[in-house]
Amino acid sequence: MTTTIEAPGYQASKTFTLWTEIRRQASRRRTQLALGFMLVLPLIILLAFQLNRDDGNNGENGGGGEFSALADLATQGGPNFTLFTLLVSSGFLLTVVVALFSGDTVASEASWGSLRYLLAVPVPRARLLGIKLITALLYSLLALVLLTGMALLAGTLRYGWAPLRPPIGGEIPAGEGLLRLAAILGYLAVTLLVVAALAFLLSVSTDAPLGAVGGAVLLQILSNILDQIDALGNLRTVLPTHYNDAWLGLLSSPLQTDDLVKGCISALIYATIFFSLAWWRFLRKDVVS
Amino acid sequence: MPTSLAARLRRALPRVRWTRRRAIASALVVVLVLGLVGWAVVPTPASYRTTDQMITVRTGPDGTTPVTLDTRLYLPKSANTKKPVPAILLAHGFGGTKDSVTSDAKDFADLGYAVLAWTAEGFGHSGGQIHVDSPDWEVKDAQRLIDWLAARPDIRKDGPGDPRVAAVGGSYGGALALLLAGKDKRVDAIVPMITWNDLARSFLPEATGKSPVDGVFKKQWAGIFFGNTLGRDPQCGRFAEDICKAYLSIAATGRANPDAVALLRKSSPATVLADIKAPTLLIQGEIDSLFPLSEADANARGIAATGTPVRVAWFTGGHDGGTGPQSEVDRLHFLTAQWLDHYLKGNGSAPSGSFTYSRIAGLNAQGRGYVTTGFSVPDYPGEVSTQTVEVQGPPQPIANPPGGNPAAISTVAGGDSLASVVNGRFSTEVPGQHADFYSEPLDHAVDVVGSPQVRVKSSGDAESPEARRSGPSAGSGAAGAVLFVKLYDVGPDGATLPNGLIAPIRVTGGEPVTVTLPPIVYRFEAGHRLGITVATSDQGYATPADPALYTVKVDPAVTLPSIPGTPIANPNVIWRYVLLGLLVALAVGLATALVVGRRRQRRVVRRVDAALADTPLVVRDLRKQYADGFVAVSKVDFTVRRGQVVGLLGPNGAGKTTALRVLMGLTRPTAGDVLVFGHPLTAGSPVLSRLGALVEGPGFLPHLSGLQNLQLYWKASGRPEADARLDEAVEIAGLGTAIHRRVKTYSHGMKQRLAIAQAMLGLPELLVLDEPTDGLDPPQIAEMRRVLRRYATDGRAVLVSSHLLAEVEQTCTDVVVMHKGEIVASGPVDDIVGDSPTVQFDVSDVDTAATVLGELPSVRSVVSSGNGGLVVDLNGTRRADVVAALVNAGVGVDRVMPRRRLEDAFLALVGGDTKASGER
Repeated sequence: MTTTIEAPGYQASKTFTLWTEIRRQASRRRTQLALGFMLVLPLIILLAFQLNRDDGNNGENGGGGEFSALADLATQGGPNFTLFTLLVSSGFLLTVVVALFSGDTVASEASWGSLRYLLAVPVPRARLLGIKLITALLYSLLALVLLTGMALLAGTLRYGWAPLRPPIGGEIPAGEGLLRLAAILGYLAVTLLVVAALAFLLSVSTDAPLGAVGGAVLLQILSNILDQIDALGNLRTVLPTHYNDAWLGLLSSPLQTDDLVKGCISALIYATIFFSLAWWRFLRKDVVS
Repeated sequence: MPTSLAARLRRALPRVRWTRRRAIASALVVVLVLGLVGWAVVPTPASYRTTDQMITVRTGPDGTTPVTLDTRLYLPKSANTKKPVPAILLAHGFGGTKDSVTSDAKDFADLGYAVLAWTAEGFGHSGGQIHVDSPDWEVKDAQRLIDWLAARPDIRKDGPGDPRVAAVGGSYGGALALLLAGKDKRVDAIVPMITWNDLARSFLPEATGKSPVDGVFKKQWAGIFFGNTLGRDPQCGRFAEDICKAYLSIAATGRANPDAVALLRKSSPATVLADIKAPTLLIQGEIDSLFPLSEADANARGIAATGTPVRVAWFTGGHDGGTGPQSEVDRLHFLTAQWLDHYLKGNGSAPSGSFTYSRIAGLNAQGRGYVTTGFSVPDYPGEVSTQTVEVQGPPQPIANPPGGNPAAISTVAGGDSLASVVNGRFSTEVPGQHADFYSEPLDHAVDVVGSPQVRVKSSGDAESPEARRSGPSAGSGAAGAVLFVKLYDVGPDGATLPNGLIAPIRVTGGEPVTVTLPPIVYRFEAGHRLGITVATSDQGYATPADPALYTVKVDPAVTLPSIPGTPIANPNVIWRYVLLGLLVALAVGLATALVVGRRRQRRVVRRVDAALADTPLVVRDLRKQYADGFVAVSKVDFTVRRGQVVGLLGPNGAGKTTALRVLMGLTRPTAGDVLVFGHPLTAGSPVLSRLGALVEGPGFLPHLSGLQNLQLYWKASGRPEADARLDEAVEIAGLGTAIHRRVKTYSHGMKQRLAIAQAMLGLPELLVLDEPTDGLDPPQIAEMRRVLRRYATDGRAVLVSSHLLAEVEQTCTDVVVMHKGEIVASGPVDDIVGDSPTVQFDVSDVDTAATVLGELPSVRSVVSSGNGGLVVDLNGTRRADVVAALVNAGVGVDRVMPRRRLEDAFLALVGGDTKASGER
């Protein structure tokens, strides 16, 4: 007896397409705000530098350290301004944005109750997760690119096109500097994968979007704090955020890639563990919300 | 109140049921974390024992003066008479004690060497005076310590009285190692670090090659050393008299007499290099204004000249730069361990004579310090290639400040701070005291390894009246002009003085002189300019006290040597392969997971019960126990056939919703199965596409309109748009223009209607609705009943769950009654309802009527329903007889109503116990 299993026209691989999910997320206010902020932030920083410059400058108030060195360099051309913008936002802002996109995606559907209807379509669970994850990662990447692109554009328009000048000295021609910036962006993306994976794991484990986003950010902060404690010694190398600053190695000549490589390994392992747990959990989960 | 607080806390905290699985998992995690922390924190026991001992040695020119030395022996626990170990004499730097070398000593002891550390005479608790590594004193002390080692049975011997021993030390200790090896043939290997070749030249350098007698006194460094020794004598401290005298005379005049030079030469390895037969690993710092690389160069050439194996390593550090970055520390550790391993323990083949140096590459991303790149050259000094860069500038007049003040600053002697030197922030020039000559911007980066050279010509300014008036000391007078030649790296940020190193010269004629600048390892980036600066003063040096004016000119050609080396392979390269392997493993893992997942899905799909292929729903022996142990559904069987509207009836918590969740593939049944059109239902089974559902209330994206929600939902199904029957669904929702408003603004009833419409999208063959009338008003409920009945007419089926009996009775063709997770009755509504044996009587006198009815033999029960009503279970008695009995008793009967209502059936079936199964 020939029976059709599914309704006419239904095909599991055609359900819940990436484009559908991208549109669904794009319609959300939080997506628009987060991406918008990425565009506005470089302008705010630019404005801050502008104000500082205007109010009389006997500002040799020291400050010292590498941060002020970077800040000094920020106004020396578009690529440097971009570098500075990335430095100030890599610590916390990008973590929050990525946690937002990845942590909110499944949990918010659960809290609205729309998750069970998607599963009843039926969208296979693995597919639902895959599409959700890819979309979240795409939006995270878009945020990164928007931030960098806007910083580059605004910085170049305001401060001109100049070679990249990292704080250690030396000068990287603007063309190669762009490549370095792209590499930095790539590394940031890899390290942020851990945040995304953790937020995603929490997202499939809870109905509270805030819990997933906040939880991921909190754990990142915890890891950062532990990383400051010298007494932990080598134990710190297993912390997920231990190598987060390794991208500074991309600013030296020749490139220092040791920590970058270790950072990538660490990030990939953590991301794999968290993603696997997320899948394992969600495929077996009783969806009761 | 504490109790209420505790209670509140308990409520606030998540309620975790401690199942065995969770307990085991938590315990495992705790054990793992504790184990890791413990492993990192608990110290491993030392592999050696230490013995402190005061050893009295006979020393001095005649070898009879007793001096007590404060020593500490680190002896590996493995050492004994049968297995004697080689020894290391570990000497400390100037001003230190045996405690200053503790960490190195432990490292060597861990490697299996007996380490004898001692406080040199004149320091700490040791007796004697400071003779500055005099062959008659300090060197002799060390020889006596070798004797002492030779007397120990647990130290390995090369012959009677000849222990297997190496001398290792830095600076003061390094020179001692060289001098000891020159004097005592029993020394088998030496590792002298950051030390001198000629002490006189080190403190009285002159960069045109003049003797120390004409050298420029390095007063700052000398002062640091001289002030560093506490002692009873206010003038000389613990210095030996001859040394003290020499210092006082040099410091007072800024010049050294031949006697003083001879005294310092006595303490210089330069005198014994030809006698050194012990293989020598020379380690010198690149950031060292006290003993620059040229000192090690002189040592290396002298020792190698006699055929003794020599290896040279330069590192980013030194007296001004400290130990340098960790990578440098690691490299030196490795080189030292390798050297001793072969020449002391006799392991492996002889280390090569390759020469390694390093250059600062950039910021360390982790430690906020610097990172260096190491380079290796097959032999020392390798092939030196030179290039010239031209600097330009007119002859410039510069003034010598009287009394040497104000003075330029080139480095902070003994600053121990890599950062300050590298940044070049300390180097300052005094206006009027320096002449500058700059090159054009470099069109490519220039690497310098070694000593740059430049020709400088200076003359007293004959035209200057001041110069003439100031007499003989002006210009190239008798004292000569003291000048400092510096090579600057001029970048966009300003000028940097590489490693803070400068070349002092004393010029006595008007002739141009060739100045050899201190060796550096440095890269001048493209776009930067080279600057040659000639200055008259420097804080670190003694300069002529009288004012003077010179005119300085520099030849354009600056010779820059370079020793191309291959970058040292980074031990961390292995991680790249690890990363590559990880990526491959991840790709393979992902592909496997995809294939396995797809195959599993297909296997599930293939199982079909053909006999039930036309039955919308069959539920068999369904049981669901939640993770916390609660059994929501214990045993449920029912069937929904085409054309039926089945009501799933039960009180709140009976297990209806759980049953529906399983039916939707949202939760997995513990046992039993659900067949939809003959296909076993699993999560995401494609057969779910023939089923439309509303479970547990509506779920919409609140920021989209009702219509957008429906459209997006259909889009998510991936099915053709035409199949959606969107218009019909919208009509059923009956929201009018509100369908275009955002769902956020909807009332509960509106959402409910929209959810029903969503469930009906595409007119699925089986419609499952959970409490569909929740939130609807009576007309809408009536409309909903019509819709549902009509829906089931052409072969489709509907399953409605409800706790409202009337709704089920009026809507459904069949009913399944659930209670406490089980089915208590099922069948057509008429069958279940028709059994009802009760009748409602509305009477004028309730009490009398109750009495009368109670006396009737066949009546089973009489219950007052209030308002003059009585519900009577007639149990087969004819209604007419009952009415007659009542009328006869004088009771007026207003109404007789058979109770053909499901309510009774329901109450009868569940036994009047309407407690939710959740509260069982």
